Amino acid sequence: MSERSIQWFRFTAPANFYDLAGRLIPWFAALTIALFAVGLYLGLVVAPPDYQQGDSYRIMYIHVPTAWMGMFLYVLMAVYAAIGLIWRIKMAEIMAKAIAPTGALMTFFALWTGALWGRPTWGVYWVWDARLTSMLILLFLYLGYMALHAAIDDRQRASNASAVLAMVGVVNVPIIYFSVQWWNTLHQGASITVTDAPTMATIMFVTLLIMTLAAWMYSIAVVLARARIEVLERERKATWVRERLETES
Amino acid sequence: MFRSLFALLRRDLTLALRRPQDALTVVGFFVVVVSLFPLGIGPDPEFLRSLAPGVLWVAALLAVMLSLERLFSDDYRDGTLEQMLLVPEPLGLLVLTKTFAHWLITGLPLVLISPLLAVQLNLRVDEIVMLMFALLLGTPILSLIGSIGAALTLGLRGGGVLIALLILPLYVPPLILGAGAVDAVMHGASAQAHLSLLGAMMVFALFATPWATAAAVRIMLD
Amino acid sequence: MPRLSNIDSEPRGNVTVESFGLADRTLRAVDLAAERGERRLFEHLHFTLSPGHLLQVSGRNGSGKTSLLRIISGLSRATHGEVFWGEERIRAVDGGTGSCLGYLGHHNALKEDLTAQENILFAVRLGGGTPNADSAISMLERLGLAGYEDLPARFLSQGQKRRVALARLLLQRRPIWILDEPYAALDVQVIDVLRHSIETHLAERGMIVITTHQAVDIDGDCHNLHLG
Repeated sequence: MSERSIQWFRFTAPANFYDLAGRLIPWFAALTIALFAVGLYLGLVVAPPDYQQGDSYRIMYIHVPTAWMGMFLYVLMAVYAAIGLIWRIKMAEIMAKAIAPTGALMTFFALWTGALWGRPTWGVYWVWDARLTSMLILLFLYLGYMALHAAIDDRQRASNASAVLAMVGVVNVPIIYFSVQWWNTLHQGASITVTDAPTMATIMFVTLLIMTLAAWMYSIAVVLARARIEVLERERKATWVRERLETES
Repeated sequence: MFRSLFALLRRDLTLALRRPQDALTVVGFFVVVVSLFPLGIGPDPEFLRSLAPGVLWVAALLAVMLSLERLFSDDYRDGTLEQMLLVPEPLGLLVLTKTFAHWLITGLPLVLISPLLAVQLNLRVDEIVMLMFALLLGTPILSLIGSIGAALTLGLRGGGVLIALLILPLYVPPLILGAGAVDAVMHGASAQAHLSLLGAMMVFALFATPWATAAAVRIMLD
Repeated sequence: MPRLSNIDSEPRGNVTVESFGLADRTLRAVDLAAERGERRLFEHLHFTLSPGHLLQVSGRNGSGKTSLLRIISGLSRATHGEVFWGEERIRAVDGGTGSCLGYLGHHNALKEDLTAQENILFAVRLGGGTPNADSAISMLERLGLAGYEDLPARFLSQGQKRRVALARLLLQRRPIWILDEPYAALDVQVIDVLRHSIETHLAERGMIVITTHQAVDIDGDCHNLHLG
């Protein structure tokens, strides 16, 4: 037990994080490329067309994983932000800040592919469907978090203030989601509900799983890379930074 | 304990009475925005009537948001907010008191003026009553959630615009429920579910938001 | 000017040691460190301040004087270390940090639209005290503001506002005073008033932490802390 906690603290020390992340990033990047290649091959070539939607459903292989990632990353960001705020762990603050742009990007991709998917399915690019609307609001929440972080000059204060915002946001996300869904059911006339394919072929499921893993690996690699730069910036006066930079150049 | 909270409430109301233009500006904004809608979408009475709940709610929401910047910034600038951190009362109760005063000054006048605008948009009497009731339940939520944004943008350049970005997404639930309540009455349905949820949301906001706001104030003054 | 002599004619110590009831407590800073931005302002800072003593914090601009005062007041969190009032942490004092200290910062914390008297009475009420209009008026008179108590603060000069803030501090009757550049923007006359108040406070076994650019000779137990 005690050994484990020591290891954990080693990981939270900026210098150790910097080294460890530096070693891990290439692996995650390689996995990202491999999984994307396999997933896209399965999704575009191997998997059969949908009997109702034809080939257009294939956009699901991007849409669904990015939507999942967008939602999950917001929660993860709020958790890291809360840890940073309550226990004053600098690495957690850095992780929260590093996650935000990737989360926003994922959410944006989910919206974009959703609109592209909507065109052949519903005949229009945008419908005020409950899920799309919720994702749009989630994107606004990400943008608010990043804008607040950028607006405050003092690093510590920026982390703390945006942590409060992330925590308020994460409490609100379910409330927003349910109210939007409720609003949507009340205004049935305007929208067409998307039904998940009730019986999904095994190959479709496997492909979706691989694409989701690929999105995970991508997010981990990018977030770690961003956190690594942030660590360097924050610790630029520390001796370990000078040592590392000298050996690398 | 209630004496010091009451003193704060009385001070904020006194200040508002000595500078009535601040509160009147918010009401004026509300009236002007609602009056602009028919000019933009045409004078057809039935069409306006069907849009009225949403228009009135969005305008009220924007008016509250516009007034939020003043919630803490005056106290921040002259140092009274700093002194409030040193007061024996929990900061959460102090910001709740200030938010309540803010609602009395800006939210309540919006509720009171809303029937006039509703008549302009051809709402019937029962719809107007529902509108006032929904606004009465909903505007405190707007002030409470808004207080978090007001605290988080203390002392920042362009704070007003930033508040909008931070807070408007969080305003979605009260907007849906509030406008939906009026809409339900308009279509002959019961608005009870809307009102119950709106009430529940207000109670939740009442207990949860002051602590977030207090934390934000402490951070921004740290 | 004639009102200044009023103060001197007042018997010293109408607020007695017992009225603080805390005279045996000390104000202690243990291993304090502070950062502003990325810069470390100070570290390993220790001091103990006993009743009746004054600590003057000096140092050039940006050396962290104001940061230190805000940390002592519990307004800012120290990067490291802790401030104690007796055995309690200053941020968690029973009855609130404000029950043991009065803070006079760069801002006077006056509402422009309220009169001098209203400003003082509000501050006392907010602090949980019982307001007494007479004592507020007599305090303002002692500080040379007779006839100004019903004027909105925005009509007062900078020096007069400072005096109102000082009157508030005196009426709050806290054992510790934290004064950040209290002499700034004050004319000679008010500087005398302030020095007199400080000396009286020390004589009543109060404690003071003060930053100032000018050297002001104060009659009492003074210590110096140099930052930077």
